Amino acid sequence: MEGLGLAYLGAGLGAGLAVIGAGLGIGNIAASAAEGTARQPEATSDIRTTMIIAAALIEGVALFGEVICVLLALK
Amino acid sequence: MKRLNVLHPKSLVKVMAILVALLVNTGGFSGEASAQSPEASAEVVSATAAASEHGAPVAHGEEKAGDVIMHHVFDSNIFAFHPFGEIELPKIAPVAGIDISITKHVVMMWLVSAILLVVFSFVGGKYKKMTNRQAPKGLTNAMEALVEFIRLDVAKSNIGHGYEKHLPYLLTVFFFILLCNLLGLVPYGATATGNINVTLALAIFTFFITQVAALKAHGLKGFLVHLTAGTHWSLWIIMIPIEVIGLFTKPFALAIRLFANMTAGHIVILSLIFISFILKSYVVAVAVSVPFSIFIYLLELFVAFLQAFIFTMLSALFIGLATAHEGHDEHAAEVAHH
Repeated sequence: MEGLGLAYLGAGLGAGLAVIGAGLGIGNIAASAAEGTARQPEATSDIRTTMIIAAALIEGVALFGEVICVLLALK
Repeated sequence: MKRLNVLHPKSLVKVMAILVALLVNTGGFSGEASAQSPEASAEVVSATAAASEHGAPVAHGEEKAGDVIMHHVFDSNIFAFHPFGEIELPKIAPVAGIDISITKHVVMMWLVSAILLVVFSFVGGKYKKMTNRQAPKGLTNAMEALVEFIRLDVAKSNIGHGYEKHLPYLLTVFFFILLCNLLGLVPYGATATGNINVTLALAIFTFFITQVAALKAHGLKGFLVHLTAGTHWSLWIIMIPIEVIGLFTKPFALAIRLFANMTAGHIVILSLIFISFILKSYVVAVAVSVPFSIFIYLLELFVAFLQAFIFTMLSALFIGLATAHEGHDEHAAEVAHH
């Protein structure tokens, strides 16, 4: 029973930590994209595309972490 | 795992019982819920347990809010139209140990395919009849805007030369995912893209199309050279496994992304609704559950479009990367020339 409790604890902590990483990463991208757009408004659509791709890739890594947490919690 | 009985024919009675219990229980808008001790509110997590305290009939013991949410999100072979009863879908005997019976997500996918067939044959028919000097109107115009968006901003800008070959797949997958996501937000609907089997199948299509396109573009030798990433032969023992794993993680990430986004949104909406049942308070229902779940619902509408776009965009990007020419300067010059 204690092991199960530890697994739940690990799942919860892991989910939060993964979200912190993804949040920092995507926040950095959004900040840089806003800056870039302000400097060069004519490149907005290119910057947006690049931003979405990078954000999606970071999100993918975070989602891997979340999937591991879900597996832990459902164990 | 406990089966839930929300989907039983008696559900109408139970919903009424819960509502009556809530009416009796709160007896006004004061913070009776906040007066409860934390242990009590933690124990009484289920709406049915709340009903049982007040003598309402409980058929199958208590059920947790989490179970109800999970049952809503996961696939099942019962199509529930809540107060009006339910449809039990037929079970088919397993073939080679695999259960191939029809579930509600399968029905939703059939529905999506049927809608897409009707809409696009209508739009296509309109286009055939149109002369050069006419502009499309109504539905035809709306579809043209979306198709042009995928064609120019997704396919052409990511794949580049020879994008026409891949355009049908990208358009199909975009509209299929979009409609699956949107139908999941309709009452009584189910999100087929919130099922990992569906998203994994879509990602496998992307995987095979990417690899076949790469093989066609570079030939078998070029494909194998690509796996070494152009490094010295002494590094191959490290590089080849990394590149091979990289081939498989891309579609896997595609599948997980779509699945997790669609499932998480629905779980958030249902959790917000269940807050008011857990705390047994009208104040929470009016102040928290309803406005926040409407907000998340609108966000989900945006996410439905965004995820369909991202899946299509990343598929196009992977195809573009796999078929890119070796000489990057040459490619850049070609792009600049366009």
